Amino acid sequence: MAITSPEKRVWWNEPLHRPEVIWITIAFLWGLLMFGMMVYWHVAGRQNLSNEAYKVFPEKFAEKVEDMVAKYKVREEGATKIPVVRPPPGSDVYVLSRLWEWWPILELEKGATYRLHLSSMDWQHGFSLQPVNINIQVHPGYDLVLSITPDKAGEYTIVCNEFCGIGHHQMIGKIHVVDKK
Amino acid sequence: MAASNEFRTCSVTGLKVHLPAEALIKANAVVAVVFLAVGGLFGLLVALTRWQAVHILPAEWFYLLLTAHGADVLLFWVIFFEVALLYFASAILLNCRLATPWLAWVAFALMLAGAAIANVAVLQGESSVMFTSYVPMKAAPHFYVGLIVFAVGTLTAVGIFFGTLVIAREERTYQGSIPLVTFGALTAAIIAVFTLASGAIILIPTFLWSVGLITTIDPVMYKVIWWGMGHSSQQINVAAHVAVWYAIAAVVLGAKPISEKVSRTAFLMYILFLQLASAHHLLAEPGISSEWKVFNTSYALYLAVLGSMIHGMSVPGAIEAAQRKLGFNAGIFGWLRKAPWGNPAFSGMFISLVLFGFLGGISGVVLGTEQINLMMHNTLYVPGHFHATVVAGTTLAFMAFTYLAVPLVFRREIVLPTLAKWQPYLFGLGVAGISLFMMGAGTLGVARRHWDITFSDAPLTFEYPPAAILMMGLNGMSAVLAAIGGLAYVLVVVGSILFGKRLDAPDAERPRFIPRLPTTVAAYGSAGTLHVPGTIVLVTVFFMSFVLYYFVNWKYLSEIWPMR
Repeated sequence: MAITSPEKRVWWNEPLHRPEVIWITIAFLWGLLMFGMMVYWHVAGRQNLSNEAYKVFPEKFAEKVEDMVAKYKVREEGATKIPVVRPPPGSDVYVLSRLWEWWPILELEKGATYRLHLSSMDWQHGFSLQPVNINIQVHPGYDLVLSITPDKAGEYTIVCNEFCGIGHHQMIGKIHVVDKK
Repeated sequence: MAASNEFRTCSVTGLKVHLPAEALIKANAVVAVVFLAVGGLFGLLVALTRWQAVHILPAEWFYLLLTAHGADVLLFWVIFFEVALLYFASAILLNCRLATPWLAWVAFALMLAGAAIANVAVLQGESSVMFTSYVPMKAAPHFYVGLIVFAVGTLTAVGIFFGTLVIAREERTYQGSIPLVTFGALTAAIIAVFTLASGAIILIPTFLWSVGLITTIDPVMYKVIWWGMGHSSQQINVAAHVAVWYAIAAVVLGAKPISEKVSRTAFLMYILFLQLASAHHLLAEPGISSEWKVFNTSYALYLAVLGSMIHGMSVPGAIEAAQRKLGFNAGIFGWLRKAPWGNPAFSGMFISLVLFGFLGGISGVVLGTEQINLMMHNTLYVPGHFHATVVAGTTLAFMAFTYLAVPLVFRREIVLPTLAKWQPYLFGLGVAGISLFMMGAGTLGVARRHWDITFSDAPLTFEYPPAAILMMGLNGMSAVLAAIGGLAYVLVVVGSILFGKRLDAPDAERPRFIPRLPTTVAAYGSAGTLHVPGTIVLVTVFFMSFVLYYFVNWKYLSEIWPMR
């Protein structure tokens, strides 16, 4: 029994049963396939998180965001008058997170590719883009750069999904994806 | 050598029981159940708050109790119970005296003090940082102190387990190799050393930072090491509850592993590879390469998953083989139909096995796939997954084991047997609901650790799909069901310990849930002749579900925004 010492003292020489051997083989091969799937997706898949990230001082990151807002602001939105910016396709765009807002609101062109920068001014936040359901962790001191290509027009919401204190559940932002003019 | 008056002989098993060890097992188990009751209540309140129509707690209390819920059940309940299990698997199963009982009491006192300090810190309200306490969010210094003291106590207890194994070997209290269950416990203990070391490496500097002696702690580095504790401690649970599955099958059915070699190798794979799982929490982080993520998140080619899949066949296989030896040979599933479903030790164990595999195991692998994680990171899918592993898997297995431990260790008969019979079903069904509905809501994007997903007082508006709100309601109802199952457990256990019929009289009856087994099981057949068709069907169904669900998620992934 499993609660007593093995009946046969030399248990490690007992032959294996066929059903077990088959199952272990299948499970091992399945593991290899799942491992290969992640590698394959890096080669052929279109959804991979970028490996590009930089250490950054929060105030330096904020300066870049302010620059973008000054250049490309088109209007304001919401009760707190968050600026909406529309940078040209292919450019570097920034979303800054802080207690408790995502700043500013981006307006992107459908089908165009942008270099999106994410960083936090204070604590960790969770960039959870809905309803596409893309979820990325945002750290203070790290500038994560990923190339995104929004492929459907519509209003997207950034929900914070990393707990960040008492205002966490009020922390939402927007990204608009619009058709090319 | 211990004095012989420190031992009694168990009238049920014939094992020599070291009385100081028994007292320590009792103390640790009782404290564990107290934390389960407290933490479980907090969990119910959290689930009722996330049920939008009920929304019972104000925001501050929600975050506070969610932090306490995590610490009390995920750390304190399971680890106190595991310490009891370690003492049981060493001193009791090996017929041996426990090493340095006085030090084991010191360990117990440290763990209790640490757990109490951490609870006080959280309940004071200045440490609502969640179980994960990610920097630079700061808790009160005594929050970290509590966790450190708890870890020191646990590490001491683990050391006593190792010491007991050495004594048993020196004093030749067993023949040949240690039993499989003790081997599983040894696996858990070795992983625990790694886990607690990781905890010390990160929590001590974090404490120094919280009192102002260190200026910054890198948030990514914190996560890498913190999860060396946070995720690895769940692997302690896996090793421990798999050992418990084998133990229950042995006591209730006389089951033995179909192959000692295979089962032990599977445990060994846990030691070698499970630690890499820290990576599961870093797949959506900046500054870590994909190569590192892919290798570590897959436990190096999924070798730890392979270990679990092996147990997934060998546990039901051992049960089937034992049942067939006992004469239940009809058809493919006759052995399963005729299994002792009215014995809560067995039913709890089997439900734990099925839910852990189908819900917890499959969802864990999918969630831990580097790219698929982008659709699930920090959504409710994550707690959905780990409630299937830690609650349906570990907690239910430990509950089932209690129905054997109370008569064997406390020497009391289980009271309220009808309630006890229903308890695993109530709890299992409730937890299955919690896991499934949270995973469902997570698939729809709902954030975890979030007080108000209707964003009623936010400056901008957003609505999750109505199905997500429905899922949260169903999750709340499932939590109520699980809480009823949990309450039933606490009632039965406390009632039995206090008022159960004493079983230590010489003419005492056989305990209700520990059947007298015919001594038929010698061997299950030589190579290639093992007859377990039911188990083969079960693992085939499992594998099909796994493959299907895995690829469905790749399909979903291919539909989100392209990014690189």
